[in-house]
Amino acid sequence: MHKMFKITSLLIGFSLALAACAPVEPEIVTVVETKEVTVTQEVQVPVEFQMESARLAAIKSNGKIRCGVNSGVPGFGFLDASGEFTGFDTDFCRALAVAIFNDVSAVEFRPLTAAERFTALQTNEIDVLIRNTTWTFSRDVELGTDFGPTTFYDGQGMMVRTDSGFTSLSDMGGATVCVLSGTTTELNLADAFSARGLEYEPLVFDNSDETAAAYDEGRCDGLTSDKSQLAGLRTTMTNPDEHVILPETMSKEPLGPVWAHGDQQWGDIVSWVVNGIIIAEEKGITSANVAEIAAGTPEDPEVARLLGLEGSFGELLGLAPDFMVNVISAVGNYGEIYDRHLGPEGTDIPREGSFNALWKDGGLLYPPPWR
Amino acid sequence: MRPNATDPTLLQPGRWSFWRDSRFLQALAQAIFVVLVLIAGRWLVGNLFTSLEERGLDLNFQFLQRTAGFGIGEGLPFERTDSFWRAFVVGFVNSIRVIVFGLALATVLGILAGISLLSGNWLLRNLVSAYVEVMRNTPLLVQLFFIYFGIILKLPSLQERLIVGQFSLSNRGFYFPRAVPQDGATLWLVLAGAALVGGIILYRILLKKRILTGSETWPGLKAGLLIFGIPLISWFLIPGNPFTLEYPDLVGLRMEGGARLTPEFAGILIGLVLYTGAFIADIVRAGILAVPKGQLEAAKASGLTQAQVLRLVILPQAMRVIIPPLTNQYLNLAKNSSLAVGVGFPDLYNISSTIFNQSGQAVQVISLMMVTYLLMSLLISAVMNVLNERLKIPER
Repeated sequence: MHKMFKITSLLIGFSLALAACAPVEPEIVTVVETKEVTVTQEVQVPVEFQMESARLAAIKSNGKIRCGVNSGVPGFGFLDASGEFTGFDTDFCRALAVAIFNDVSAVEFRPLTAAERFTALQTNEIDVLIRNTTWTFSRDVELGTDFGPTTFYDGQGMMVRTDSGFTSLSDMGGATVCVLSGTTTELNLADAFSARGLEYEPLVFDNSDETAAAYDEGRCDGLTSDKSQLAGLRTTMTNPDEHVILPETMSKEPLGPVWAHGDQQWGDIVSWVVNGIIIAEEKGITSANVAEIAAGTPEDPEVARLLGLEGSFGELLGLAPDFMVNVISAVGNYGEIYDRHLGPEGTDIPREGSFNALWKDGGLLYPPPWR
Repeated sequence: MRPNATDPTLLQPGRWSFWRDSRFLQALAQAIFVVLVLIAGRWLVGNLFTSLEERGLDLNFQFLQRTAGFGIGEGLPFERTDSFWRAFVVGFVNSIRVIVFGLALATVLGILAGISLLSGNWLLRNLVSAYVEVMRNTPLLVQLFFIYFGIILKLPSLQERLIVGQFSLSNRGFYFPRAVPQDGATLWLVLAGAALVGGIILYRILLKKRILTGSETWPGLKAGLLIFGIPLISWFLIPGNPFTLEYPDLVGLRMEGGARLTPEFAGILIGLVLYTGAFIADIVRAGILAVPKGQLEAAKASGLTQAQVLRLVILPQAMRVIIPPLTNQYLNLAKNSSLAVGVGFPDLYNISSTIFNQSGQAVQVISLMMVTYLLMSLLISAVMNVLNERLKIPER
């Protein structure tokens, strides 16, 4: 009898296990099938192309957008004394929330380390990553992520003590350099010293607060990071006047929003919200005058299209027709966002004459036309 | 009608339906549990593979051959152009260094502190007790930050370093002279090694003879003469010195030559040793208290000195109680060494996180890292189990 019971229970266990596995197997088969279908669909793309973004639908049902941000770089993403995320990057998260929900607070900020950020995208922890992330070949192609329009043109620099006597990188042979782990910075640093035939000793932390603290304590001769971040970090030093940023720029660092590869429609939304914010500055639309302009009949047809008075651009993205009106009145245009965080009141990164000026003013910000 | 409990037919097979049999129900519950675990596991793994496939990523280890492109501050020589795999090895060796030195120092500190906890000296006992309580009841990461940022980095700069002879201390590390092997070094090391082995054998033979015959054979003295005498004589006989000293010197921004203890290595090592030492101290104290009081009284009555009582009677018996929880602390130390990233020491975890960030292959790098830590832990457990077996009371 005992054996009978054991055998019966084992049999039941097995059949349950099989039953559990059963629905799984055809699932694997469907994966193969969908692959085949996508191949045939490729031909049909112009005829039958999908407008709906699966992620947009998911975000709408969640009621908020999950945005990966930095919490330790003043000016870009910083958790301020009142516990609010503030910065240039976090304002773009808010802009997306306004575009979708017309609610500036419909954002869930996820502070991420440099090391965690791509994994967070790959595993669907966040909808979009706006965390001073540099657009590179291998990140775009290999990591399964896509990059949006550049919001800030940065370059890697080196901060040193004024009393060290360094005036350029070439003076720094044998120096110890504090650097953040998992960044392109770490690679550019190696390249820059290697190119000058100099030796150096890297000291790597996985948190920008610790990196800056070790430099501030004098453990390192130099602190390297994107120049925009160095400007912010300099203000957090015990005595900011004792530090200077060397003139050399070691790299090109185009920073922008990133999303997981595979939902182009979602990518379009992110890209065009950013483009719209830049166009708004180009056209002189600010948070102060946007309501007035939208209420009237703007003469410039592009302004009319941007504000949803002409055409159906909002609907094409699955958003409200006047979503840009909401965005601009809530967070302002590019210039306003820049001044708020990176201007003289913020971390004071001069904009005039830099790459981050509008194309009309000799910069690199050249948004594609809204038509 | 309720069946009568004394009814003999109750025990007959087939009297009750099988689903009311507790043995069946237990087996069923277990089977259901296994199935649920399998479903959950299948779901998690399936999720992983679906996500990876959607993004066109796969799970091979080819990327380890690619050029790393970053630099590593300390450890085995490492160039920008070396591979990710080489970087992983550098991190592994750095971790092993911390763990080996950490285990040895934490054991010594733990035993001394444990004995002090039972000392008759009021001041010593209470000082050590305060140390143990503080260390045991605050988080290790906080202690590491305190030691590294609060103490080590507050040392003077390299230009204003504290100098004692050829030794110097600054927030760039502790620099000391380094022994550089010369031509005769190998011969001298062989002779010294032989003298050490010979000395230990001689000590054992003489000791045994003394115990058997009762006549003084001076085992310690003779073995000591052999162990120190031969290396000393051969040092002068071998032409040229086997080793010369290389002194550190400030050249530009950094010290050149000599040997160096970096602030990061010192930070993680001191942190781990102080933290684990406190736990070991309590284990040692408990182990000593576990030895029956009669043993102590008998040993004292035999006229042994305080030190002999401890060394020959108490500790050997206490070790049997100490080893199993000690193994736990050793494993904790090995695993806690991954906190080195907090103080910037390039250990296995620190470098692996750089690798998976630069390569984007999180799943592979984390699996590789987990397997490595698992193997290190299993090795420590295995060694401690062998030790435990050898210390067991021999049973006849």
